[in-house]
Amino acid sequence: MTASRTKPKIEPLQKAPTGIEGFDEVTGGGLPRGRPTLICGGPGCGKTLFGVEFLVKGAIEHGEPGVFVAFEETADELAKNVAALGFNFQDLIQKKLLWIDYVHIERSEIAETGEYDLEGLFVRLNHAIDSIGAKRVVLDTIEVLFSGLPNHAILRAELRRLFRWLKQKGVTAIITGERGDGNTITRQGLEEYVSDCVITLDHRITDQVSTRRLRVVKYRGSSHGTNEYPFLIDESGVTVMPVTSMGLSHAVPTDRISTGLPELDTMFGGEGYYRASSMLVSGTAGTGKSSIAAAFADGTCRRGERCLYFAFEESASQIVRNMCSIGIDLQPWIDKGLLQIHAARPALHGLETHLAIIQKRVQHAHPKTVIIDPITNFMAAGIELDIHAMLGRLLDFLKTNQVTSMFTSLTLGGAALEKSEAGISSLMDAWILLRDIEVNGERNRILHLLKARGTPHSNQVREFLLTSTGISLVAGYQGTGAVLTGSARLAQDAHARALETERQQEIAATQRRLEHERQILEAKVSALRTEYETKEDELTRALEKEHTIQVGLSSENTAMQRSRKLPDTPTASQSVHRTRPHPTKAKHT
Amino acid sequence: MTKPAKRGRPASTDGGLSDAPCYLRLYIAGQTPKSLAALANLRRICADYPGPEKFKIEIIDLVKNPALAQADQIFAIPTLVKKLPLPIRKIIGDLSDTERVLVGLDLRPL
Repeated sequence: MTASRTKPKIEPLQKAPTGIEGFDEVTGGGLPRGRPTLICGGPGCGKTLFGVEFLVKGAIEHGEPGVFVAFEETADELAKNVAALGFNFQDLIQKKLLWIDYVHIERSEIAETGEYDLEGLFVRLNHAIDSIGAKRVVLDTIEVLFSGLPNHAILRAELRRLFRWLKQKGVTAIITGERGDGNTITRQGLEEYVSDCVITLDHRITDQVSTRRLRVVKYRGSSHGTNEYPFLIDESGVTVMPVTSMGLSHAVPTDRISTGLPELDTMFGGEGYYRASSMLVSGTAGTGKSSIAAAFADGTCRRGERCLYFAFEESASQIVRNMCSIGIDLQPWIDKGLLQIHAARPALHGLETHLAIIQKRVQHAHPKTVIIDPITNFMAAGIELDIHAMLGRLLDFLKTNQVTSMFTSLTLGGAALEKSEAGISSLMDAWILLRDIEVNGERNRILHLLKARGTPHSNQVREFLLTSTGISLVAGYQGTGAVLTGSARLAQDAHARALETERQQEIAATQRRLEHERQILEAKVSALRTEYETKEDELTRALEKEHTIQVGLSSENTAMQRSRKLPDTPTASQSVHRTRPHPTKAKHT
Repeated sequence: MTKPAKRGRPASTDGGLSDAPCYLRLYIAGQTPKSLAALANLRRICADYPGPEKFKIEIIDLVKNPALAQADQIFAIPTLVKKLPLPIRKIIGDLSDTERVLVGLDLRPL
C-alpha cells in the first residue's frame, strides 16, 4: 500500500520531516522516506524519545500514523514516560494515529528446538501497520532480541529480512540500537543491516557536566551536516541546534538602538549603537556591569521591545531587587512579559547545552535584545577555546536573527584590564570598559569606550555614578593632569569654582574702578564747565550793560543835539563816550 | 537443558500433570515448511508421550488471525505455548528435538 510511494521512478530522495526542532535542518528535510534509519547511542541518551517524537510529530503535524514497537517498555510505561513531555498517547491511539506494540521477550520462558524464524514479529508489525495505515515505524530497541534469542545466526538473517521488508512496505522506520564498544557503532552491528541513514546520539560528560550531542554518521542519497550538534531534551522534547551551519552572511541593519542611558548614547555618536550588533561590557568586580545591562534591558522594554536576560550569577528576583536600588524597576516589564530573565548556574549544563537553550529561547520569544550576564562564568563550564567557539556561534545566531546583544565580562583582579577573559573582544562590535580607580582612599568607577565598530564614538573617559535615581555619566575633570574622579573631582570642581569666583570678583572690581574714574573725570569736566559758564555769564552781562550804556548815551546825545539844533555827528561822539564811562559802569555791577 | 532450576519444578508438586489436561497452543504463519514440520512433530510427541496427560492442542495461524500474536507475545514462528498447567512455557522452533520439547514444557521430570 505505502510501497508505491518510494518504489517507482528515479528522483531525489524524499524525506520525512521528523518534526524535531533543528533536526530537519541538519538533514535537509528529515529522515529518508520509506527507508529504515538507525539511531544508536548509550543508555539514557534519548533514543527512545527521539523515536517517540518522530511518531508523535509525524502523527500530529504531518498526519502520518505511526507504529511503535517497544521491546523494553510496556505501552503503559511508555505513555507515562512521555506524558511528561506533553505527548498524549491515549488520544493518539484512539484516533488511530498511533499503535503501540509491546514485544515481551523473556528468555527464561523460552526454549528453542530446531528451525524457526521471526515471522511472528513480521505478522504483528504488518498487522499494526495495516490497521492504522502507518507511514512510520519505530523499533525500540531491536537488540533486545539478541539477548532473548540464543541463535544469533537465525536472528541476523531475520533482521536482514526485516529491514528489507520494512523498505518494501515503504514505511519510514527508526531502529534504535545500543552504542557499541570498539569497532561497531552498535553493540550488535546493526549498521550492517540498516545502511541508509545512521545517526548517533551521545551523552558526553566533561568535568562533571554532560552535553548531549547528535551526529549524522551516514545518510545515503543526501547531503547532511556532518558535525556533532548539541541537542536538548526538555519539556518540549528533543531540540537539535544546527549551530555550525551559520555563516558570516547576516544582513546588517543601519538603524541605531539606544543603550538605555542617554549619556552613553551620546558617547556612541549620540544615537546609541547599531541594531543587531554585539556589545561587550567588561570590568572588574563591582564596576557596574550588571547595572549597565539592567539599564539596557530597561531601555529596551521602554521602547516596547522584548528583552531576554540570561543571568548566570543572580536569580531573577535578586536582579530586580538590586536594580531597584539604582532606580531601575524591572518588575513592571517582567509583568508585562517584555522582559524575561532566565537565571541558571553555568555548571548546570555544558556549554553547548547553554548555547542550545539560549538559541531555543530566542527562537521562541523573538526578543530584540539579549543580555548575557556574565559570559565569563562559562569558564566554569568549559575551556577557553570552547567558550570562544560557542560565543562565536551564539553571536552569529543572534546577528542572523537581528538581535542586539550585550555581554558582560568579568575581568579578574590582576589580569590586564583590556584582556577580555574569553578572548572574545574580536567578536564584539562595541566594547565598553568599566574600571575602578583608587585615589585618595576611595574607589571610583570610570567608563570609556574601547571600540565601537562603525560609529563615531567619544574618546572621553567618564566617571560612572550609580545613584538611587539611576546611572549617570559625569564628565571627569578635564583640566591639565590626570582625570579626577570622586571627591578629587568634587574638590577640583570646588577649586575651579573658587578660582572662577575670584576672577569674577576681580573683573567686577576693575569695572567698578573704571566707573569710578569715569565719574571723577565727569565731575571735573562738569566743574570746569560750570566755571566757564559762570565766567561767560559775567562777561555777557558786562557786555550787555556796556551796550545799554552806549545806547543811552547816544540817545542823550541825540536829544541834546536836537535841543541844541546841532547836526548829527554820531560816529565821533559815540567813540568818545564809549571809552570814557566803561570802567565806572563795570565797577557798578 | 538451558534452565536447570526451572526444570526441577515438576508436575508432582502441583499434581496437575496427572489429572488436568495440558493446553498447548501452536502458532504458525501459513503453511510454511517449518510450520508444517512443527505441527507434525507436536502431534508425534503427544502421541508418543508415555504419561497419562491429556493434551489439548490449538493451532493458530497468524496469517489468518494476526491480531492474536500480541496476546501471547509471539514473535518467532513456529511457537508452541503451554498455557496450562502454569507456568506458561514457550518453545520456539520446529520441535524437532523431542527431548528438549518435553523439558521445555516441564513434562519430563528428571
